[in-house]
Amino acid sequence: MAGITIAGLSTVYPNGVRAVDSLDVEIFDGELFALLGPSGCGKTTLLRTIAGLEGASEGAVSIGPREVTRLQPGDRRVAMVFQDYALFPHMTVAENIAYPLRVRGVAKSVQQETAVRTAGGLSLGALLDRRPGQLSGGQQQRAALARAVAASAEVLLLDEPLSNLDARLRLEARTFLKKLQRELELTTVFVTHDQAEALALADRIAVMDAGRIRQLGTPREVFQRPADTFVANFIGSTPMNLVPRGDVVVGVRPEYLTPAASGLFTGTVSIVENLGVTSLVTLDCGEDQIGYVVPEDDEPAIGTTVTVDAPPARVLRYDKETGLLVR
Amino acid sequence: MASSVPDSSGLDSSGLGVRRAVGFVAPALVLIGIFLVFPALWTLYIGITNYQLTGPAAANPRVVGLDNVLEAVQDPLFTNSVWLTALFVLFSAVIGQNVLGFALAWLLRSASQWLRRTVEGLVLLSWILPSTVVAFLWFAVLSRDTGTLGLLLGSPETSWLVQYPMISLIIFNIWRGTAFSMLLYTSALAAVPPSQLETARLVGASGWQTVRDVVFPHIRGHVLTNTLLISLWTANDFTPFLLTSGGPNHQSEVLPVLIYRQALESGQLGYASAMSLLLLIGNLAVALVYLRLLRRRA
Repeated sequence: MAGITIAGLSTVYPNGVRAVDSLDVEIFDGELFALLGPSGCGKTTLLRTIAGLEGASEGAVSIGPREVTRLQPGDRRVAMVFQDYALFPHMTVAENIAYPLRVRGVAKSVQQETAVRTAGGLSLGALLDRRPGQLSGGQQQRAALARAVAASAEVLLLDEPLSNLDARLRLEARTFLKKLQRELELTTVFVTHDQAEALALADRIAVMDAGRIRQLGTPREVFQRPADTFVANFIGSTPMNLVPRGDVVVGVRPEYLTPAASGLFTGTVSIVENLGVTSLVTLDCGEDQIGYVVPEDDEPAIGTTVTVDAPPARVLRYDKETGLLVR
Repeated sequence: MASSVPDSSGLDSSGLGVRRAVGFVAPALVLIGIFLVFPALWTLYIGITNYQLTGPAAANPRVVGLDNVLEAVQDPLFTNSVWLTALFVLFSAVIGQNVLGFALAWLLRSASQWLRRTVEGLVLLSWILPSTVVAFLWFAVLSRDTGTLGLLLGSPETSWLVQYPMISLIIFNIWRGTAFSMLLYTSALAAVPPSQLETARLVGASGWQTVRDVVFPHIRGHVLTNTLLISLWTANDFTPFLLTSGGPNHQSEVLPVLIYRQALESGQLGYASAMSLLLLIGNLAVALVYLRLLRRRA
């Protein structure tokens, strides 16, 4: 077990793109850490640089006390689960799980024992003799996780771990993943473009854009107090209202706005979107459109005029020039 | 499939009609018949006669049945030739071209663009040049006194093609044919998922372990297909004649060369045809073994 320290790390591709741009971050021992951002933000490159699959151009990566920047991937004691799981199709589940041990020349009996024990822990016990092609998506993912666990690495890296599963399975796998990580207490870094996934799974989130970290914090901090307008836009299942007011941009989440006698915004109801338990109401306020969330069966009629307000602590102000949080 | 069977109106699934379809195919069939099927059958026929290029047997060939075949299998020239052909195929194709072609494809994956293009270009060049040109080039390299290799090694008195005829032929054929294996393996390697290669890297697999455990199972079918093709091509290759003419003293007389010399130098057309038949049967046997291996995979 070990934390990960990243200091001044840059990864520059041969075509000159700085996918990771002088980045500093400390990932604590035993933490479940999310790298979140839109595609092309450098999150996967950062993960691959930690793994050693991409070479660092500047800076250093340390795992625990060991600096691993110049080590080969195989010498770093990291395990990785790829988006497509990368199970070897010609090997059984047991052979796949035991493969890291086979490479090291561990005795056959120990390989078998480890495969059985690891598979048991991930409810794969009955599937040991199957081939990956005979497994469902969720089972394949667990087999890939089992192989990563069997490698007894100090750090587990997951590239978009849930993106290849269908919606229902994704929720199940999310819970499973969090439980497994708690049990193993293994430092885990995962990459996702799905903010809901990051909020639900992670202990801490790094929101990335253009190779840099925009904000680093717990899911609650990132959700409640986005550090800039980029993060404010990116986090949340309904986008945050960002309204220019003088030399600041006022930001307030639709979930925090409620109808009031007087308040921040007044407008006419133009659209009502049903989200299940709640509905998203859009108000036309002159040039701006303001969204707010109402409980079910409480939707206002289209065309009515509504005033909404939020508790002062939930109203954020961003600098108009820099987009940074002012208060 | 019943719907694709022509109905009573004679129309097939393309609406062409059997009659017109045959009309379109006929010219090709006629050409194949004249230039492929007929000579093949003719070879089979004269293989059971004592037909010769000149003399009484040229005018009135006599059917001798399997006598030619029986004579061939007891002929030391023929058995020597079979042995040399086996060596030629094994070392120049199955081992040489296969291993070198794969090694080039594997190593060039991670090479820079210009290096890859340069090497591929050079390797391809040796493949696309006409045999006669290539044979002449190798003559210039290997010949005695003025040969490039002799001069480079400081031993111009070595006559490579005379002193080491089979080794020269094997190296020549590796040089000549590796391009095909390289191209085939380059495209086969592109089908190996990168994430599986990276998984192997992450668990610390060596290059050899990666090839054995990850790459080879993915390209097994390609390896068998490639080995089959290059084996047959090498077994039937006539270029050795241009380099050594089978000499000295039959030391490099692979089967196609022996057959040519028996037919057109000794004039024993019937006997040479019987040998061709034996070569064909040998090729068929090799092909069947490969096909069986391929099927076992599925």
